[in-house]
Amino acid sequence: MSKSAIFTGLVIFIIIALFPFWINFGKTAPVPEPELVGKAKTAKKCVLDKMDMRANHMSLLDEWRDSVVRDANRIYTNTDGKEFAMSLSTGENSCLGCHEDKSKFCDKCHNYASVDPYCWECHTEPKEIK
Amino acid sequence: MMKKSRRSFLKVAAVSAIGIGAAPAISLSSSSTNSHGSSHAAKSPNKGAKTAKRWGMVIDTSKLTEEVVEHIVEACHKAHNVPDFNHEVDEGKYPKTRPVNHKQEVKWIWEEHFHNAFPDKEDEFLADKFKHLPFLVTCNHCINAPCVKACPTQATFKREDGIVLMDFHRCIGCRFCMAACPFGARSFNFRDPRPFIAETNPDFPTRSKGVVEKCNLCAERLAKGEQPYCVEVSKGAIVVGDLEDPESEPRKLLDKNYAIRRKQALGTEPSVYYIM
Amino acid sequence: MLEIAIKGSKKYWIWLAILAVIMTAGVIAYIDQFLNGLMTTGMSRDVSWGFYIANFTYLVGVAAGGVMVVIPFYLHDYEKFHRITILGEFLAVAALVMCLLLIIVDLGQPIRALNVMLYPSLKSILFYDMLVLQGYLFLNIIIGWKVLEAERNQVKPPAWTYPLIYLSIPFAIGIHTVTAYLYCGLPGRGFWLTAILAPRFLASAFAAGPAVLILLCYVVKKFTKFDPGWEAMQTLSKIVCYALIANVFFFFCEIFVVYYSNIPGHISHIDYLFFGLHGHNAMVPWMWTSLSLMFIGITLLIVPWLRNNKFLLPFTCIMIIAGTWIDKSLGMIAGGFVPSPLHHVTEYAPTLKEGMITLGIYALGLIILTVLYKLATTVKEEVRG
Repeated sequence: MSKSAIFTGLVIFIIIALFPFWINFGKTAPVPEPELVGKAKTAKKCVLDKMDMRANHMSLLDEWRDSVVRDANRIYTNTDGKEFAMSLSTGENSCLGCHEDKSKFCDKCHNYASVDPYCWECHTEPKEIK
Repeated sequence: MMKKSRRSFLKVAAVSAIGIGAAPAISLSSSSTNSHGSSHAAKSPNKGAKTAKRWGMVIDTSKLTEEVVEHIVEACHKAHNVPDFNHEVDEGKYPKTRPVNHKQEVKWIWEEHFHNAFPDKEDEFLADKFKHLPFLVTCNHCINAPCVKACPTQATFKREDGIVLMDFHRCIGCRFCMAACPFGARSFNFRDPRPFIAETNPDFPTRSKGVVEKCNLCAERLAKGEQPYCVEVSKGAIVVGDLEDPESEPRKLLDKNYAIRRKQALGTEPSVYYIM
Repeated sequence: MLEIAIKGSKKYWIWLAILAVIMTAGVIAYIDQFLNGLMTTGMSRDVSWGFYIANFTYLVGVAAGGVMVVIPFYLHDYEKFHRITILGEFLAVAALVMCLLLIIVDLGQPIRALNVMLYPSLKSILFYDMLVLQGYLFLNIIIGWKVLEAERNQVKPPAWTYPLIYLSIPFAIGIHTVTAYLYCGLPGRGFWLTAILAPRFLASAFAAGPAVLILLCYVVKKFTKFDPGWEAMQTLSKIVCYALIANVFFFFCEIFVVYYSNIPGHISHIDYLFFGLHGHNAMVPWMWTSLSLMFIGITLLIVPWLRNNKFLLPFTCIMIIAGTWIDKSLGMIAGGFVPSPLHHVTEYAPTLKEGMITLGIYALGLIILTVLYKLATTVKEEVRG
């Protein structure tokens, strides 16, 4: 096979592979600052430590949903003995019961990281309905 | 010569690709046990949750009127965000919604004629009152539920207390359970249901397109120590309780009255009884 | 060996291009279905499986039919099949790829498809169906490839391929048996609830698979320099004949049991298919056509001078393929779901989009088949010439 064909192919491959870099070149997005509002602001601690929450909230939620749906266990008692409703949006001590504004909290980082958790295809924030 | 080496290169590349693909899965399974150091954390049911050895339902057909039936269906569907294909779509919120196919509707509890609810008990000389009675049908929460057996992902499963439940997170939408159910109790979300929900109840999720759904015997209400919605508005026509407890309300009713179940001959052992 | 596939005549490339266009149309239709859900199909609450699963069932049969050349050749040393065994194996590969794709497009949440392996449910027949289908696919790829490679190098296939070949025989029976079990183990569906379903599926498969193979032999003969051999095709046509007779016989066994026992839950489905129910009779012309085609097919194959007619045989095969396709795909789905468990009659007809997606999958299957057959025929030409 001729050299030029190989090199053209290589160049095309590299251009495609580096797509995320050149499409965003020169643009910067500000680092997200999720806001703690309402009850979440006064509470000192979430279900887990801050860093642990930041890193593992999705696996915690995954565990929770199995627990609620499959085992009917709906209350989570954390290491400090504090109780939480294992629910995204139902009731006072659910996730959104404390983090009262999804758009100022969850969405901030999710949008920045360009992730779109499908939680919200079914679960609703009470505020968004109205 | 060249060919041979390219070939072995591809083989090595393929093996390494599999390795790279498998790595996250391996690290995930090893890390899931200690991901957030919650060794002392605990999960428990709500205090005051209603419990039973085997949940069951008794429907007193003599108390079913068109009005009561309508209320029951409405209360259930509204509370569980069941879409209504007759609902006029809000064009502002959901632009370009395609027309509906009413055969693709979703329902959890609904009205049927006697000969549809009990096709094997069809009778030429059936008493007139039964012919026109609005029978309510829903999931039977069978002991030997064919849908639970059919489900390839355990998205449909049977809880220890007898309730047959759906895990909407896990359902792949293969609809094997719909083929398996002898009672037509299951509906599939052929489309996003949200445009057809007049008022979303924030305390219960809607569904996404592509999953199957059905009556959950109000598991979310029982967990809070409340009666199912249908019971609440039924004016005594529906009673839900523990079938294994001789002192429970359903059992007391079954003691005193003749009751039938749907398609008993199939051996699925429905947990819904109809007092005739 | 794969380099053979990229050296082809103009006709070869035009043919592949046409198929690629059809496939692209299918992909476009599928994107719409993926975004909007299965609302784009004609399926409903009462008829919850449709064209995809119907064609899936049929193609599982075509794949299993490949074993009808494997058994005579490998178990009975029937030398005439030496040339076409590879064609049977590669046909199975293409059919199985189509089967798996038809399952994927039928899913409401295709992205979660791997949940089947993540949360295996040992009581679900679908789980086992997935295992045997994938197993049979890999067996055929490995066997077909290794045997062809050996032929090209004019050596014996490696010894380890033989156990795999023998293993592929029960797998072939297995894929169709398990597919029948998907249906016949369900308590509430009188039409499917019959022990004859798996044997009937196999009989119809052993008619349809070899019938497709005979047609492909004609195509191969016309477009390549490779001649599969008239005698092999003749033997195949006898296999088709007996399998088809078995299929019709099993069908009449079913008819006898259903109508003589007179159980309404079983009668209503067959009534719907052949005579219509409560004024709904969309399936009636189809079912009678199917039955007639199968009967004509049997006649044309059982009479020696008709069977030996080189001009007539492909038409006979087309009739048989159409007859068994209506019987097993359209009839199996419509008959099973109508009337519904609550005795409502909801009829089903596929939508255009559903058809396009299915056609797209068939086009991809044909692309795979074309490429594999090109490899096989080219190697065989090379070896001879």
